[in-house]
Amino acid sequence: MKVPTLPSAANHHPALPGNPPPCPSSQAGEGSGGRRGRVWEGDAGGLRRGKAAASDPAGASSGIAFEDVTVAYGALVVLDSLSLVVKPGEIVALIGPSGSGKTTALRAVAGFVRPTRGRILIGERDVTNVPPHDRNIGMVVQNYALFPHMRAEENVAFGLRARRAPDAVLRERVPECLRMVGMAAYAKRYPRELSGGQQQRVAIARALAIRPQVLLLDEPLSALDAQIRRSMLEELARLHRDLPSLTVLYVTHDQTEALTLANHIGIMRDGKLVAFGSAQSLYRHPPNRFAAEFLGRANLLPVKALVSDVGGLTHVRFGDAPLLARNHHGLPAGSECLLCIRPHDLRIHAGDPATAPLRGTVRAVQWQGEMHSIALEVGGHPLRLTCAPLKAPPEPGEMLALHFDPEDATLVPEDGDG
Amino acid sequence: MLVWSRSGRRLAWFLAALLFAVIYGLPIAMIALASISGQWNGVLPSHLTLMHFANSVQGESGDQLRVSIMTGAIASAVALVSGTCAALALRRIAGAPKRLLDAIFFIPSAVPSVSVGLGLLVAFSQPPVLLNGTTLIVVIAHFVLISAFTYGSVSAGLGRLAPDYEQVAESLGARAFYRLRRVTLPLVAPYLIAAFSLSFAFSMGELGATVMVYPPGWVTLPVGIFSLSDRGAIFDAAALTIILAVTTLIVLIGLSRVSTKAAVR
Repeated sequence: MKVPTLPSAANHHPALPGNPPPCPSSQAGEGSGGRRGRVWEGDAGGLRRGKAAASDPAGASSGIAFEDVTVAYGALVVLDSLSLVVKPGEIVALIGPSGSGKTTALRAVAGFVRPTRGRILIGERDVTNVPPHDRNIGMVVQNYALFPHMRAEENVAFGLRARRAPDAVLRERVPECLRMVGMAAYAKRYPRELSGGQQQRVAIARALAIRPQVLLLDEPLSALDAQIRRSMLEELARLHRDLPSLTVLYVTHDQTEALTLANHIGIMRDGKLVAFGSAQSLYRHPPNRFAAEFLGRANLLPVKALVSDVGGLTHVRFGDAPLLARNHHGLPAGSECLLCIRPHDLRIHAGDPATAPLRGTVRAVQWQGEMHSIALEVGGHPLRLTCAPLKAPPEPGEMLALHFDPEDATLVPEDGDG
Repeated sequence: MLVWSRSGRRLAWFLAALLFAVIYGLPIAMIALASISGQWNGVLPSHLTLMHFANSVQGESGDQLRVSIMTGAIASAVALVSGTCAALALRRIAGAPKRLLDAIFFIPSAVPSVSVGLGLLVAFSQPPVLLNGTTLIVVIAHFVLISAFTYGSVSAGLGRLAPDYEQVAESLGARAFYRLRRVTLPLVAPYLIAAFSLSFAFSMGELGATVMVYPPGWVTLPVGIFSLSDRGAIFDAAALTIILAVTTLIVLIGLSRVSTKAAVR
């Protein structure tokens, strides 16, 4: 597992408790520490539109850093020594099952959960003891939480009004944010007159209107039906293309959302970060069994690693069958490990079955519209293969020869799931 | 549907209507009839007249109605403010302290109102705080009796309020008071109105404590009704009762319309 380290910027300027922390992105904002915010003095965040944002040094300071953050309620530890960095302008998704601590991590950034140990930085500012209303964050929650007694435009204006923004700013910013999420035509509607997807768009506009330093998304699409969820996912991706300097922490239990949106993914389990890496590498080379099984579907076969080949591939033995796989994590020769192969990387062997690396008995065949999913048993281990719909799918009980490209198979340490 | 057959449904409706008529309808009908009775010697009254209503309007009953409305409105408003403050303050508390404080708030509603009146009379008849014979002691008595309603009702409203609304508001930069004013209170508005309505209705009909503490210059309508019936002027008392009930009903209907408007979301 990769242990994330803080970028040098955060290490060079530690914000000392009690001192006004530096906040280069907020020359004039409420976000600068200790300000009581009675008078509007402009935005604090690094949110800028367009290309200028990407090269804007001010925007470059608004990442999120967890430094050894622990949250405990009495003896119950819900977040265990989390160290994680979300770089400025990046989308990091935290995924994990219920109770894994992912939402606690997000709420700690928002300020609704107090860490018992460690500190949290937004930009270079230590916000561990800063109240939520002074953190300059945008938050979007699962059930939208639009204020039901306010019209869409009043919801979007709420944060600006709370910060006493002048009318001119409101008049410019509110329509702009509603336009950004495609809700300009619905400004006068009350939340009850909007669909779930539309409400979530307004909630996103409301979070963006204050130009937050970071955007926290807490399972924002979970309450939507599958079709709306897909289109909202595309919307979020587009929004981030439009606002490239916006840093996003995205909590979800949906791997598709994480894989589609995130630059980096953190996988949580029992309050611990068990895997962290770029979406692609985590999917292709999961560092442990849990990561392999949680992020996408995985076939895991217990194998014994033999010597490394020159091509970067390692010979392994699955029972008596010799196989080849990538040894991304550099497992030593002779170690017991797991061979991870994604169901869509397994193929039905068309040639002589004797030359196939694997042979399995078909247990079940499911047609799922766009693909066939075949459950097999290979050497007493379950295996799943997915492929484009077959004209003549195999029958249960049939023997099937299988092969795969060794480049698509990776070795995962057996005991590395903690 | 619980009853499927047509005849069964008719029977159920008939039984329900009968029970309603006997338990609720009959007493009210009797009072209504009494209020327009000239004489009532047989099964039904005779010499029907509106004289009792005329008496009420001309006499001191108008003042009594005004006193009742003022007492109800003031006591309910104060109870609403204090009950809301208490509910807001106590909602973050859990466990034994919360249960203890809840119990303290609810004690007055479990004690007979006469005892509450007596207690106030005993407590405030001696210096340093001398309230005996003042208007204030009537309002205080009503406040003590109804504060449990407001606290309970607002607590229930706050309990049903998802924390997300306030947290999102806070993340957007709203400080405590702004959040309370723009988010929390508007969202529990239906509960606030319900609390006020319930308190007001209770106060309008309150007799037990009032009769113990009221000064000569601050006679509420229930006290007036009580003394009329005590003197044997049953028909006049019935007319006043109808006036009291109709006034309370008008106020409650008005408030429920506001509440419905606040609840439509």
